[in-house]
Amino acid sequence: MHSKQVRRRRAVVAALVVVSLILLTAYFGGSSSDPLHAVQRGVVTIFSPIQKGASVALSPFRDIANFFSDTFKAKSQVAKLRSEVHQLQASLARAQYAASLNAQLSRQVRLDNNNSISTYKPVAAHVTFRDPSLWYATVEVDKGTADGVRTGDPVTGDGALVGQVTVAGSDFSIVTLITDHTMAEAAQVNDSGGDTGVLVPAVGNPNELVLQYLPRNASVQPNQQVVTVGFRSGPLQDLYPPGIPIGQVSNVGNDLANNGEVQVTPDADLRHFAVVQILTSPHAGTARAQLPTG
Amino acid sequence: MSYASLRLPLRLVALAVVTVMIQEAAVSQITIFGTSADLTPLVVMAVGLLSGSIPGAIMGFGVGLLVDLLLFQTLGVTSLLYIVIGYWSGRLRELRDPSHGLVPMGMGAAATAFAGVGMTLIQFLLGVDSPVSLLLVQQIFVAVLVNTLLALPVYAAVKRVVDPALPKDPRRRRRRAYTTGGLSPLQQSSARLRPTPRTSR
Repeated sequence: MHSKQVRRRRAVVAALVVVSLILLTAYFGGSSSDPLHAVQRGVVTIFSPIQKGASVALSPFRDIANFFSDTFKAKSQVAKLRSEVHQLQASLARAQYAASLNAQLSRQVRLDNNNSISTYKPVAAHVTFRDPSLWYATVEVDKGTADGVRTGDPVTGDGALVGQVTVAGSDFSIVTLITDHTMAEAAQVNDSGGDTGVLVPAVGNPNELVLQYLPRNASVQPNQQVVTVGFRSGPLQDLYPPGIPIGQVSNVGNDLANNGEVQVTPDADLRHFAVVQILTSPHAGTARAQLPTG
Repeated sequence: MSYASLRLPLRLVALAVVTVMIQEAAVSQITIFGTSADLTPLVVMAVGLLSGSIPGAIMGFGVGLLVDLLLFQTLGVTSLLYIVIGYWSGRLRELRDPSHGLVPMGMGAAATAFAGVGMTLIQFLLGVDSPVSLLLVQQIFVAVLVNTLLALPVYAAVKRVVDPALPKDPRRRRRRAYTTGGLSPLQQSSARLRPTPRTSR
């Protein structure tokens, strides 16, 4: 009797482990159109109304907890923000002069440079689910293909890039954040040389990104703005439109000279935003310069 | 199949769905000391401690699968970790039957640490292209501390849900009988029925 129970217990656990390993192997090696992904999409579609309901019902608890968290955080940031305001006022004066110069030059080369966010047909969406683990940085939002959202659309929040739509259902989308270990995007530092590199996350630290493959002699300084590049090279085109803020250079150190890397702090608070904008037409208004001939 | 035999599975299914919903819709959006609490390993641990190794392992598989499905993660990763948490919590109950009130705290800490370290190892095995910050260790440590504080209330809540559906455990009944004065191993059961003899001087 006892040995029968032991055998049954071991058989159940072994069966569960084997099923998990089969799922892991099949999912990891499969494409986004294989049956497992389709089942996953179907389950999320079924649960989507429940998720939205749960998100709305639990929002008061979430808001109260975040109120206390934000208050403590705000208190500790006052001094730092005051010094930043002084720096930014000086930067603004320089930027305004550069913008007026840029407008004149753009007119000369007939560059459609109207890259304000409204050009990219933004769709506002609420965050309904958030992944708590340190390894996956994804959120689920309540807008999908019915609202014009497609896989690959850039997502902004807090006035900066936060991620990209990786799964689009009819009334939901999964947004993979720029701090997820599968993400990498082309980015440019707003320094004198406009140095570009590839921005990747530092896994385990949601407040840090690493801009890699910069020229080792780049003139990058702390507090410089990092933005999307929005390159186009023949048929290849960046997923993101140009000029969307991503973060600020936080630390240069010896990494730049040794490895061509600098640390970047995201502009958006990636653990707290509740509303995002999905840019459903990310390649509008990014026509390249047509240099006058002759 | 009778309703009585379905009571525990039905309660566990409802508990799994509600836990994952509350976790993803509210708890994971609240930051405590720079990290978020994770109720899911605590609930799996509590079910294992209360119901035994098989229900614990099945609950771990179910909760893990639901988390992976709803968050579009690699299927099977979380299940694999939570099966171990549920199974060993259940085995602890079956082998040692710990009665100390702080056992769920210790088990909660162990379950969260195992989930954090296990997820890191699996991700490394699957391949990570991005640089990994040393802050990951600190984040796992803080998550363990936060979950340790939450382990007792979570255990109490799970006990409230699961306990009425559990079959009466003979071992626990016997222990309760010892503490209330019945079924003492020092006494014959027939002797207990007789009146206590008076001692003569």
